[in-house]
Amino acid sequence: MAASNFKRGILQKPRWSIRENQVTPEAVFNDRRAIIKALGLGAVGASLPGQVQAGLFDLFGESKAQDPFVTKKLDFSKNSRFEVNELLTPENKVISHNNFYEFGTSKTDPLDNAQGFNVNPWQLKIDGLVDKPITLNFDDLTGILPLEERIYRLRCVEAWSMVIPWVGFSLGSLLKLAGVKSSASHIAFETLYDPEQMPGQKSRLMGGGIHYPYVEGLTLAEAMNDLSFLAVGLYGKTLPAQNGAPIRLVVPWKYGFKSIKSIVRIRVLDKQPPTSWNQLAPQEYGFYANVNPEVDHPRWSQASERRIGEGGLFSAKRIATLPFNGYQEEVASLYSGLDLHRNY
Amino acid sequence: MLRLSSKQILLMKTVFHLLAILPIVYLTLLVLADKAGGDPAQYIIHYTGMGALNSLVAVMLVSPLAKALRFSALMQTRRLLGLYVFFYACLHVMSFFAFDLLFAWDLLIQEVIKRPYILLGAVCFLLLALLAITSFAKVRRKMGRRWQQLHNSIYFLALAVPVHFYWSVKSEIIEPIVYILILAGLLIWRWLKSPKRQRKSAHFSGRAATKKIGA
Repeated sequence: MAASNFKRGILQKPRWSIRENQVTPEAVFNDRRAIIKALGLGAVGASLPGQVQAGLFDLFGESKAQDPFVTKKLDFSKNSRFEVNELLTPENKVISHNNFYEFGTSKTDPLDNAQGFNVNPWQLKIDGLVDKPITLNFDDLTGILPLEERIYRLRCVEAWSMVIPWVGFSLGSLLKLAGVKSSASHIAFETLYDPEQMPGQKSRLMGGGIHYPYVEGLTLAEAMNDLSFLAVGLYGKTLPAQNGAPIRLVVPWKYGFKSIKSIVRIRVLDKQPPTSWNQLAPQEYGFYANVNPEVDHPRWSQASERRIGEGGLFSAKRIATLPFNGYQEEVASLYSGLDLHRNY
Repeated sequence: MLRLSSKQILLMKTVFHLLAILPIVYLTLLVLADKAGGDPAQYIIHYTGMGALNSLVAVMLVSPLAKALRFSALMQTRRLLGLYVFFYACLHVMSFFAFDLLFAWDLLIQEVIKRPYILLGAVCFLLLALLAITSFAKVRRKMGRRWQQLHNSIYFLALAVPVHFYWSVKSEIIEPIVYILILAGLLIWRWLKSPKRQRKSAHFSGRAATKKIGA
């Protein structure tokens, strides 16, 4: 399919164009960030020492004195087949704007509340209709398969989007290790259920009314598609707690809520499993949840999205949302004959 | 009854002004220090919306409190607080238009028409603008009786604004429900205590009481 099919509100470049020169190196970015921060505070006359500033925000309960969640550098190769010729969303935004209701419903709650999340030990079970059930322990998650980096667009159902460099392996390669039986048709995923660690599971007020544990699902064909990815890291390091450590799904042609976080179980089934948002509001969130600019959410438009990029308030761009989030070439054939207006 | 000198009233108003403005100073600091989350746009829109809602609760509390505490001077802060509802609503609408829609007029029009919760928000905003414009003493005198009729729309706003909040959230409905209950409770309290109703229940003879709408 030609590049011209990928019309966007921003610069159009061929799909294969190199992105390296467009991306600000993280170190440079962090330096710049520090300067902007310093200037910002200087401008309001708060040229106070760091600790005093921190104290000011503590006063309002914004930041908590807690050891931050530890991430480690990963060894991986870059998979050039999965690149996006768009600017990456800076790391500090990727890790501070999260929907992870297990840690609270506001976008900043996961960053604030997930720092003490203990992911080691961890067990991820792959079972159901498989030849050989597998249990992965914490170290296996980054060791069982070679890791690769893929750059994917992430489109939230709330009409904002990011571009994120994930590290992990394809879901299909893991399923092949377990050996999917011929009777299988669907895959079910489940997030950790641990109310002691996840305040949103403990209190309905914090958890937004979802029935925990959070569950998601894919058809087998979707799961075996090349794009379906299990991420164990982003920006070259293991996943931060708020992004779904230690392992999460990434299905870039679907709305973000399909990309379930902190997975403890993958079950291979012969029927469609229930999914959390669909259970909560079936008229608003379907099982498929493919990104589709033509099918609006009942309460807001899905025709465009706000891309969260580098810089301040006015730097965000509103761009046209693409069918299947721009991955129609890879996945549209999965849905031939399916009415996507009804199967939203 | 608690009475205040004009100096004390000025002091009280100053305190109310500070209480209303401080959250904006705090928000500005948060945004400048890059502590308003990874997407400050959504943060600001929500924060200013909550500012309008909280100011609305404050306005609705003024006259019940003034009556309960026999503290009539409190009534003098009502206009000030009402204007802050409008002030926060302006910031809310402007930040939605500027930071979320990025000044796309066509999107604004589409969103208002197509999204019932935004349409309700827009109706509330226009009403608040009308109330703010007509809040000057001169206009009030000129409008006579119609002023009170217009300003009674605050009772509609007291329900419509939290419903707009309820309607906008994905699933975290407890907080908006608490606001709806608080504001509905205040409305019911007012209705029970309204002079018209009290006169009616005082002598239940069915004679029409002289029409006078309680402030």
